[in-house]
Amino acid sequence: MTVSSLLLLVLGLGLAGWLTARHRARMFRSAAAGRRIASLPTYHAWYAALWIVVPTLVFVIVWQSVSEALVMQHVLAQPAANDLPPFGFRRQVILNEARAVATGAANAVFNPAAQALVEPFTQAISRYRLIGFVVAILIAAVGAARAFLTIKPDFRAHTQVDRMVMLVLLVASLVAILTTIGILASLAFETFRFFGMISPLDFLTGLHWAPNPMSAADNPDPTRYGALPLFWGTFFIGAIIAMIVAIPFGMMSAIYLNQYADPRLRKTLKPALEMLAGVPTVVYGYFAALTIAPAIRDAALALGISNPSSESALAAGLVMGVMIIPFVSSMADDSISAVPSAMSDGSLAMGATKNETIRNVIIPAALPGIVAGVMLAISRAIGETMIVVMAASTAANLTANPLEAMTTVTVQIVALLTGEGSFDHPATLAAFALGFVLFMVTLALNYIALRVVKRFREAYE
Amino acid sequence: MVTETKSPLPFTAMMQTVPQTESEPEADTKMRARDVSVFYGEKKAIDEVSIDIPTEYVTAFIGPSGCGKSTFLRALNRMNDTIASARVTGTIELDGEDIYASGMDVVQLRARVGMVFQKPNPFPKSIYDNIAYGPRIHGLAEGKPELDEIVATSLQRAGLWEEVKDRLADSGTALSGGQQQRLCIARAIAVEPEVILMDEPCSALDPIATAKIEELIDELRGRYAIVIVTHSMQQAARVSQRTAFFHLGNLVEYGHTSDIFTNPREKRTQDYITGRYG
Ligand SMILES: Nc1ncnc2c1ncn2[C@@H]1O[C@H](COP(=O)(O)OP(=O)(O)OP(=O)(O)O)[C@@H](O)[C@H]1O
Ligand SMILES: [Mg+2]
Repeated sequence: MTVSSLLLLVLGLGLAGWLTARHRARMFRSAAAGRRIASLPTYHAWYAALWIVVPTLVFVIVWQSVSEALVMQHVLAQPAANDLPPFGFRRQVILNEARAVATGAANAVFNPAAQALVEPFTQAISRYRLIGFVVAILIAAVGAARAFLTIKPDFRAHTQVDRMVMLVLLVASLVAILTTIGILASLAFETFRFFGMISPLDFLTGLHWAPNPMSAADNPDPTRYGALPLFWGTFFIGAIIAMIVAIPFGMMSAIYLNQYADPRLRKTLKPALEMLAGVPTVVYGYFAALTIAPAIRDAALALGISNPSSESALAAGLVMGVMIIPFVSSMADDSISAVPSAMSDGSLAMGATKNETIRNVIIPAALPGIVAGVMLAISRAIGETMIVVMAASTAANLTANPLEAMTTVTVQIVALLTGEGSFDHPATLAAFALGFVLFMVTLALNYIALRVVKRFREAYE
Repeated sequence: MVTETKSPLPFTAMMQTVPQTESEPEADTKMRARDVSVFYGEKKAIDEVSIDIPTEYVTAFIGPSGCGKSTFLRALNRMNDTIASARVTGTIELDGEDIYASGMDVVQLRARVGMVFQKPNPFPKSIYDNIAYGPRIHGLAEGKPELDEIVATSLQRAGLWEEVKDRLADSGTALSGGQQQRLCIARAIAVEPEVILMDEPCSALDPIATAKIEELIDELRGRYAIVIVTHSMQQAARVSQRTAFFHLGNLVEYGHTSDIFTNPREKRTQDYITGRYG
């Protein structure tokens, strides 16, 4: 009995429960002809089906991981397991191979040491599968019994179903939160492993970045893990060049759309601008790499700069700025709309022109919201990957010249993880440390920005 | 009954019918409206109103909610221009000059005809900058000492100086509601307007703050022509010398405040001031 057939069985039982419960409820209704029953038959049906399916499903999922551990325990308790190497890579390979043969995923063992373990695996797996199967059926039966005992003509099945649906929704929303926590935990775990090999001080303040995945893993050279050039490149491209483009254009388009544009024009322009935000970033990446970068190099050549880089920070930053424009503009637009019209009326009634009113009253009043929007935009820009992977280089340069090649944190993460290195090597683990730093920075930016926006909203309510 | 008063008598004709019970001399006219109608899209909110706003007195606009008081008030400094659907017909003159003429500079007009709103709306700036806002825009001060002077005088005239003189750098929004409203009045005064329009300036204030504003209006009378919209009969009676009663977009009756309250000519006015509707 494999997992998938077990799941099918559970759903089948649920369906059977659904049909039976509905039938019973209909019987109540015809028996009590003329009177109303407390709930519609379908609610009774769902009540029974949920009681059968949900507990069983939860058990099957939990059993999936528990039985794995139990099987392993059983196998390791066998005398055949005594010949295994005590720990390490080889032990894992042998165990995996034996299990693969036992489950039918492989035909024969490659490693002779695994042969003796195939039989214990087969035994243990079929034993725990049987146990799982029996328990699942039992749970389904208990759920069904409970449901059918409570179904009566005056039973308020609909409130019960409501409550169960709410529980299911709650669990679903917990999944997202737990996943985030899980990601953060694994990221933190790998980061700490990395910091066990390279000191955080070297990592955060070193000026030279050249991890070598081919070097000996147990004796890394800490001077090659200085991530400062990456942080600088990320900041320079995402927070400086991109924002030099995105802030003025985003602000100006927001002011135009909000204050000057005809409502009909606004109705077409605003969605068009927002559509820009939905363009896959890889498309921007092409644009940056194939159009903007060569154009910038040609322009640099024309200006007499010798040997300009074809992968300049400028190209990536400019295109990233364009990508961020709708983001800044829509946040600025929201903040400007949140400024009460009493404020601009007050200014206009003083004889201020529209322009003076916007400059002196509306923008200052909307500023906190705009700043928060810019911070969110920066946090998006520094986490952006595709554009920089395609348009920026992998050379870590610590320079303020936008025409030079520069690399970013995200580019290096991609480079390190798609390389040849093993997952125990600091050159690979460095990717997690970089990811962790990026995560923390964007988290902080988002948190501060949301706080500012909240305070700002409260000020006008 | 409605047809009987459909088109109100011109102000001059009306004045002749009102016996002169006051010892006040007849007033100069600051603003003169003739056959003014205001539309919001197709909807007529003000119907052919003619009225003369005197220079030396306080004029009160009263009438039930939705009758068009604010709409008419906003027509007097062209604040209706900010509403896309609003359209004004007829003529409104300020010192004999048509304010809806094509050559009229709206910015200059609003500097001459200031406005105070129902809800205090100080800018989120310091008290000083709130007052200095208008003078800066209109270039009324040469240098800082002169600007300081304008700020101080405006606050003094608005009766706020003693309360805020040590905290001019604090935010205007940190003041109490009543103080904020006096700040808004000071802000309007700072550009030396000729007319001040007030749209229910006390409706968000408690009785004590209201009394202060009323006192202030009384002190400002004579220096500026003042028009005040109010829902309080007592307030209209206390602060104004002229009262206009609006109903359903019409100007039903206009005359000396004392006459309107003691001896109204129209039944609708009588019903409203005695609280029978509105
Ligand atoms: N911006 C607008 N667009 C469309 N119609 C409006 C607008 N402002 C006011 N109106 C309408 O014009 C009429 C007059 O409104 P106005 O605000 O002048 O009344 P009011 O006498 O000031 O009332 P209140 O005493 O409640 O302030 C009302 O019917 C109102 O619905
Ligand atoms: Mg009003």
